[in-house]
Amino acid sequence: MQKLINWIDERLPIVEAFENHMSKYYAPKNFNVWYIFGVLSMVVLVNQLLTGIWLTMSYNPTAEGAFASVEYIMRDVEYGWLLRYLHSTGASAFFVVVYLHMFRGLMYGSYKKPRELIWIFGMTIYLALMAEAFMGYLLPWGQMSYWGAQVIVNLFGAIPFIGEDLSLWIRGDYLISGITLNRFFALHVVALPIVILALVVLHILALHTVGSNNPDGVEIKKNKDENGIPKDGIPFHPFYTVHDLVGIVVFLFVFCGVVFFFPEMGGYFIEKPNFEPANPLKTPDHIAPVWYFTPFYAMLRAVPDAFLGVVVMGAAIAILFVLPWLDKSPVKSIRYKGWISKVALVLLVVSFAVLGYLGVVVATPERTMWARILTVVYFAYFILMPWFTTVEKTKPVPERVTG
Amino acid sequence: MIKKIALVSLLSICSLGALAAGGPSVPLDHIKTNISDNESLQNGLSTFMNYCFGCHAMQYARYERAATDLGIPQNVFEENILVGETKIGQLMNISMSTDQAKLWFGSPPPDLTLNARLRGPDWIYSYLRGFYLDPKRPYGVNNVVFKDVGMPHVLADLQGVCAEEPQLGVEPEVDPLSGNIVKQSGCNEFAKEGALSSKEYDTLIYDLVNFLTYVGEPSRLDSERIGRNVLIFLAFLFVFVYFLNKEYWRELH
Repeated sequence: MQKLINWIDERLPIVEAFENHMSKYYAPKNFNVWYIFGVLSMVVLVNQLLTGIWLTMSYNPTAEGAFASVEYIMRDVEYGWLLRYLHSTGASAFFVVVYLHMFRGLMYGSYKKPRELIWIFGMTIYLALMAEAFMGYLLPWGQMSYWGAQVIVNLFGAIPFIGEDLSLWIRGDYLISGITLNRFFALHVVALPIVILALVVLHILALHTVGSNNPDGVEIKKNKDENGIPKDGIPFHPFYTVHDLVGIVVFLFVFCGVVFFFPEMGGYFIEKPNFEPANPLKTPDHIAPVWYFTPFYAMLRAVPDAFLGVVVMGAAIAILFVLPWLDKSPVKSIRYKGWISKVALVLLVVSFAVLGYLGVVVATPERTMWARILTVVYFAYFILMPWFTTVEKTKPVPERVTG
Repeated sequence: MIKKIALVSLLSICSLGALAAGGPSVPLDHIKTNISDNESLQNGLSTFMNYCFGCHAMQYARYERAATDLGIPQNVFEENILVGETKIGQLMNISMSTDQAKLWFGSPPPDLTLNARLRGPDWIYSYLRGFYLDPKRPYGVNNVVFKDVGMPHVLADLQGVCAEEPQLGVEPEVDPLSGNIVKQSGCNEFAKEGALSSKEYDTLIYDLVNFLTYVGEPSRLDSERIGRNVLIFLAFLFVFVYFLNKEYWRELH
């Protein structure tokens, strides 16, 4: 075995790579439970790739055959139902862990210098993931697949001058059709997975260059011992590999609970109208996007003008990209920031969660008013950040990590 | 044109939302399905084949799967259920063409493979007990759950025809003095009596809905059986990885 490793290592630096990224990559020893969601995203990504490949083997990407082929997978393919539920539940699980991963970043200032690029790669992954999820949702060719796609693609039509041509170009037809289905399939199974994988590699390479942040926001590389090893760092392997295994098993327990017992999740993971094949002549009673898009959908609905609504929705995502330059605080972690930052973060989470709820339910005048207020709250977090991070009094940051 | 489509779509996301989240406007009777009850499922299959299958296909389901899952021996199934040249490995398609169906009923009867997942068992259970006499309708009946539905009351010979709108979703009320049931879900007065009592008919519909629920997701029982084993395995694995982690981290403290 050692001979084989040596043989390869003389030709490809696998030992060095393993050391750089695993056994001699020093991670802060004070990670808490919030640091599990990065590795869980990887677990879900692998799940999506593997189950996706096997689903592709039996799926038929045509308007005539798509719906029936999904039912063929559910009924006639051995364990096809399991592959399909792993994939559909995986899509929602992906957003659950990514949202929690992003919240961790916000909480401990993981986006701050020198980790701006990690944050930007991460945000780009999030963007690609939304595109991936949206296109994947068309593939079962159910009623909600069809009308959801129709509504979202038509949003581009609200852009002045080029909008109509743009949505026509995306669809490849005057309405969502088999042509759209075919190109979404190509993008979903080939183009976007490649983009996402490449971005994940960049995300991790950038992370391993500057090193991980931690709940104290202390740079562990500032305190090194005589061997150049951070005093508060521990080798990622084996310490965090065994540590993450515990988290992964807990996650799989919950995940499999959903997959095997409640794959529809009360209509939130698989929407009921999708049990009816797409019918371009019959609009479903209620078109609602899947839960992970609803906060942005609520913002879209809150704005009276169609085009401005699209702008607000786009801005809500775009503003996250510049976050590293909005935070002027001398400290990273919420532990040492002032009370305004703490209140602001709570308000952001509350506004995002309630907007998510408002995007699911019927819009009434009262709810629309709430959606408007909360949209303002959401944006206020970012727009006011340069101000409140400058004026607030921060606590002294310890030299070494605590706990 | 495209602008119009865009506008309509945008309006529909705003306004159509209002319709659905409110849920069904008609109260429904609630049932608890049990897809491990083979006897009930077999009754349901029999009712489906005799009364529904003329017009409603189950184009995604195979006869053989139903026979296997419901514990019906192949030869028994072939002799009693299959008609003519039909092979047991085939999908449950019907011979009625869409064009004919449109002409007869206004719109073609929907495929029922996934109907229980689309509408929910409560809806179907209530719908099939929701027909009542309405001479204004082409087939002389209307339905409280699905107003002005194109479907005739196929089970009228069994249920009879209700003289007025059946009351659904009502809690049974018992007169405290006499112990008699004074109010309950279903039809209170029949214009035409059927072959079955109310109770027998309710059981027949329950079995049918149970069967439709099974067909909607035939993998359900497998999934729960495998799922239990998976969760037990993960629970054991948890103990193992928990102590593995503890062992490694001990040297750090």
